[in-house]
Amino acid sequence: MSADTAVTAAATAAVATGPSSPAALPGSVPAPASRGESGSGAVRPVVTGLGIVAPSGIGVEEYWSSTLRGELRVAPITRFDASRYDASLAGEISGFDPEAQVDKRYLVQTDRWTWIAMAASRLALADAAYDPAEHEPYETAVVFGSGSGGNDFGQRELSRLWTRGRTAVSVYQSIAWFYAAATGQTSIRHGLKGPSGVVVSDGAGGLDSLAQARRVIRRGTSTVLAGGAESGLTPYALTCHLSSGRVSTATRAVDGYKPFDARAGGYVPGEGGATLIVEDPAAAAARGAPRVYGEIAGYAATHDAAHPTRPAPDGQWLATAMRRAIADAGLAPDDIDVVFADGAGSLDLDAQEAAAIRAVFGGRPVPVTAPQGLVGRLCAGGSALSVASALLSIRDGVLPAVGNLDTPHPDHGLNLVREPSQAAVRTALVNARGYGGFNSSLVVRAAT
Amino acid sequence: MTAPRGVAVTGIGVVAPGGVNRKEFWTLLTDGRTATRRLSFFDPAQFRSQVAAECEFDPAAAGLGAREIARNDRFVQFALAAAIEAVEDSGLDLRPTGSGGLTDTGPDGDPDAPVVGVSMGSAVGATTRLENEYVVVSDSGRHWEVDPHYASAFLYHALVPSCLATELACRFGAHGPASVVSTGCTSGIDAVGYGAQLIADGEADIVIAGASDAPISPISMACFDAIRATTARNDDPEHASRPFDASRDGFVMGEGSAVLVLEDAAAARARGAHIYCEVAGYASRSNAFHMTGLRPDGVEMAEAIRVAMDAARVGAHDIGYINAHGSGTKQNDRHETAAFKRSLGATAYEIPVSSIKSMIGHSLGAIGSLEIAACALAIENDVVPPTANWSTRDPACDLDYVPNVARDHTVDVALSVGSGFGGFQSAIVLTGPNR
Repeated sequence: MSADTAVTAAATAAVATGPSSPAALPGSVPAPASRGESGSGAVRPVVTGLGIVAPSGIGVEEYWSSTLRGELRVAPITRFDASRYDASLAGEISGFDPEAQVDKRYLVQTDRWTWIAMAASRLALADAAYDPAEHEPYETAVVFGSGSGGNDFGQRELSRLWTRGRTAVSVYQSIAWFYAAATGQTSIRHGLKGPSGVVVSDGAGGLDSLAQARRVIRRGTSTVLAGGAESGLTPYALTCHLSSGRVSTATRAVDGYKPFDARAGGYVPGEGGATLIVEDPAAAAARGAPRVYGEIAGYAATHDAAHPTRPAPDGQWLATAMRRAIADAGLAPDDIDVVFADGAGSLDLDAQEAAAIRAVFGGRPVPVTAPQGLVGRLCAGGSALSVASALLSIRDGVLPAVGNLDTPHPDHGLNLVREPSQAAVRTALVNARGYGGFNSSLVVRAAT
Repeated sequence: MTAPRGVAVTGIGVVAPGGVNRKEFWTLLTDGRTATRRLSFFDPAQFRSQVAAECEFDPAAAGLGAREIARNDRFVQFALAAAIEAVEDSGLDLRPTGSGGLTDTGPDGDPDAPVVGVSMGSAVGATTRLENEYVVVSDSGRHWEVDPHYASAFLYHALVPSCLATELACRFGAHGPASVVSTGCTSGIDAVGYGAQLIADGEADIVIAGASDAPISPISMACFDAIRATTARNDDPEHASRPFDASRDGFVMGEGSAVLVLEDAAAARARGAHIYCEVAGYASRSNAFHMTGLRPDGVEMAEAIRVAMDAARVGAHDIGYINAHGSGTKQNDRHETAAFKRSLGATAYEIPVSSIKSMIGHSLGAIGSLEIAACALAIENDVVPPTANWSTRDPACDLDYVPNVARDHTVDVALSVGSGFGGFQSAIVLTGPNR
């Protein structure tokens, strides 16, 4: 029996038998013949639903049409008086009415970051026409990338503790501030009892959550809510961002976060993210999922392991992650139609990523884009959003432009997407990096 | 079909209350001594719970450099110290990039060079540093628009807990997949479970896996005060953590870290490494019920145990030791006892069950890794650590909790479980090297 057949059979059995199906580790997955080739012999999960809550819009169509129009949603901070801070710009979500999106019971228990994640999850489930209540509860899990936790709630309760004493602290502080809040509350809201999890790798977290979702699915769980969200627009969180020395100090939005621009001067923090419904392909087919955006074809992650707070000397380990992800998909660099770049928006980090892309693709001018220039950096939520954008490119055969780009840096040598353009997109590579040296790459491909 | 890769534990490092290395930790546990005391890091007078299990930790003595100490919260310092001990114990030559270690062939070098990953758990990350810095920049909470001019240089390093994985990757030249798992109080089990998955699936050959937390700070004490999860037995701190005892009234806040070196078992055998045990099965389920509440029936934890045992291909009679979550809250110990009976049947009554939280408190996400370390050492030594402070039977907790005195007992298979805020229920099965 081939490994492929074995896994497919196991996955089918899992769908049929629910909670008593085989589902764990080590052992239940055939080991790949060699590293980087597991995609050739193992299940490739598919994405059947997208839920987006971002500065560019709430819901897939609002987000995508705004992105294709190139609407800059970075703007001066309105959430608080930012005049005393060196940074004054952010990607805020306007028009987000938590009371319309999140049940009241959860609103009082949770932070804005969790509201965003729960709203995105509700939208994603609706988009996939997936009702967890119609399935055995162990068949569905939630694995989110997490970033800085519940900042609004956390800062408020810290203030109460230090001004009014411990009896003033909310009974919900212990469950609102910590990094598992969005995952835990989403599992409760939708009755999801599968192997849920929370991964943290700064900006790479959205991709890493999809990788963990793939591991979970390969061990027999049929459906995983994955992705991530972030909301760190409080005075204290902004102060923390500023200490990295990588936040743009520009005051005009057009001068803010500018991936791959000659005037790139740092990032602008933003809020938002995306939830993706990731399914075993046999399970998705069995339930008649209305659409398949694409499959998670390949993934790899590396760490620069250079210096914890300074950038690596070069992008060689990012290039390695890209190469391994492409090999994991059973593809070659020539098969990649577009790169959704990390686009850090700093001259040094952009130069590293450009060099890594050139190294992987040789002389071929693969189109490279980074629409997140329009919304800022959303930590784990940003990389989840990049995957959503890549899947929408595949769906519509269109490439979104790099956000907020005026003058491409002449040394990068990239074929940057300047205007939205029609293109047959079958396979996209998504890069995401995290502060400290995380490099993750994910390949999404039109469903076969 | 290619055989799945086994996962061996070849190194263990520990920073725990009452013992800041592996040997001291095991001695404390097998002596049945407790490290719970009146909280000393700050004046706890205003708090409902004033007890904690604190580490006597000197980062410089543990081998950390001045800059590592300056830029990192205590939770990262613990993990660095534990990892230094674990890597040394494994005999693997893991050093910073550029200093000639095992991984120094670079991304384009030897394709057979091992891929070294990092999978570390933490429930609350750098909360302590974030609170300390907040107090300064907000002038003791008085200003919502905090003054950034008083902030220190490494606050972003504290804001996102992935700094934990980064620091270990840099210290040991680990260029493979790295991440932090943050599933509340099951983080330590889940991080080791995820690390084992990386090896089983061929994504990495060696993984530095474990967890760390240092949550003894005013905000954390206030959080758990507010929901009365921690003990109020302030007049008798040394006996305040009382898992499974009828008089238990909440957990004792702890801190610490344990780090394991996980390796592809075949490679570990080929190099003649000492193997403590193998990670043979892991599973996690959610109760989808309540962020902090537990139903008394233990159904989801029982399911996690059953799936982990299936993966490990062990039955109830094979299990020689159960390391319980045993936090010492009323609801947890009852829930967990029910889960053991539901998953193991009548055999549950024959298996020694203990909670080391009775001695070292509950270090949130870290404790799962400390408990796995204890299980590995139980297998290594054929000794089961006790549940300290046990004196009065609770009718709802009627298993063999190894009261107060360690027991010589053959342990070929150990089960460790955890239960976390968010509804997470995790189980991991370790098997002896000769099984």
